[in-house]
Amino acid sequence: MRLAILTSRIRVEEKLLIDALRQRAITFDIIDDGELLLDLSRPDERWREYDAVLCRSLGQSRGLAVLHVLEHWGIQVYNSAAVTATCNDKLLTTLALLRADIPTPRTLLAFDPQSTIRGIEMLGYPVVLKPTNGSWGRLLARINDRDAAEAILEHQETLGSYQHHIHYVQEYIAKPQRDIRAFVVGERTICAIYRTSAHWVTNTARGAVASNCPVTPELDSLCVRAAQAVGGGILAIDVLEDPQRGLLVNEINATMEFRNSIAPTGVDIPNAMLDYVLSRVREEAVA
Amino acid sequence: MAHCPECDAGITLQGLMIGEIIYCPDCNAELEVLSLEQPAVALAPEVEEDWGE
Repeated sequence: MRLAILTSRIRVEEKLLIDALRQRAITFDIIDDGELLLDLSRPDERWREYDAVLCRSLGQSRGLAVLHVLEHWGIQVYNSAAVTATCNDKLLTTLALLRADIPTPRTLLAFDPQSTIRGIEMLGYPVVLKPTNGSWGRLLARINDRDAAEAILEHQETLGSYQHHIHYVQEYIAKPQRDIRAFVVGERTICAIYRTSAHWVTNTARGAVASNCPVTPELDSLCVRAAQAVGGGILAIDVLEDPQRGLLVNEINATMEFRNSIAPTGVDIPNAMLDYVLSRVREEAVA
Repeated sequence: MAHCPECDAGITLQGLMIGEIIYCPDCNAELEVLSLEQPAVALAPEVEEDWGE
């Protein structure tokens, strides 16, 4: 068994994965995505030495591009390019959730500022405006009134790239100063955390505090269904608690960060990830 | 020993890996470990718009 881990930087998560691989005496290489030169019609033979490649690239577009190429060359990758592409794009994620009839916040899409304002006021203030791509809670805006809506949209139109001219407008969920981050590996929710913050953005990257969230049968079922809706694999599901409707799936992350979730949950997330990859490699070998 | 490109402080890289991010003990600049055999660090790249999970 030989694995490759595709990285941009060695963060805590990558070190934990590396430690787990060493403890299992699994041969592996760390591949820096910045050093790659991929001749698309001439696969580099070194990739064939790997039973699987685990993508841990920091840049979502860079990681996805490499996944597409490796899959084209017949290399087993985790997560797949299709799953990663869906999760990297909030619009595609929402559409996948809707297709699978999974409860998710009501979302509108608009392009012109005037149409966007019309959509915002259809939902009613406050609403949340997000870029369709991006992570770590960046560039999220809770819009409380028309003045703020007009200002944010003008900034996006003037300062943003063309991607910021696609306005993804989501109803604001009055969550209880926390959300849930659940970790799905294969067909099981292995653990979950509450992310608690006085701020309405509850990403741990933005300072939210992690604590254990019990994985109830309801949460497990919802998160596994959500993971399957985007194609399945190793996924982090962000769930909001709506006071009336209960659990709503908000976003899904294909290159999950987990450093703050091991201690509160007591679950060995990196080893669970490796268990999944190794079992899939063995299944593929038999097939 | 590597040297911080910002303030020239000496930095030991023992127990680190290439690609790891560290902070200069003197000026707190965010640094990326480039090489261990010939110890070298560089200012870490700025976070890009599509970085994340």
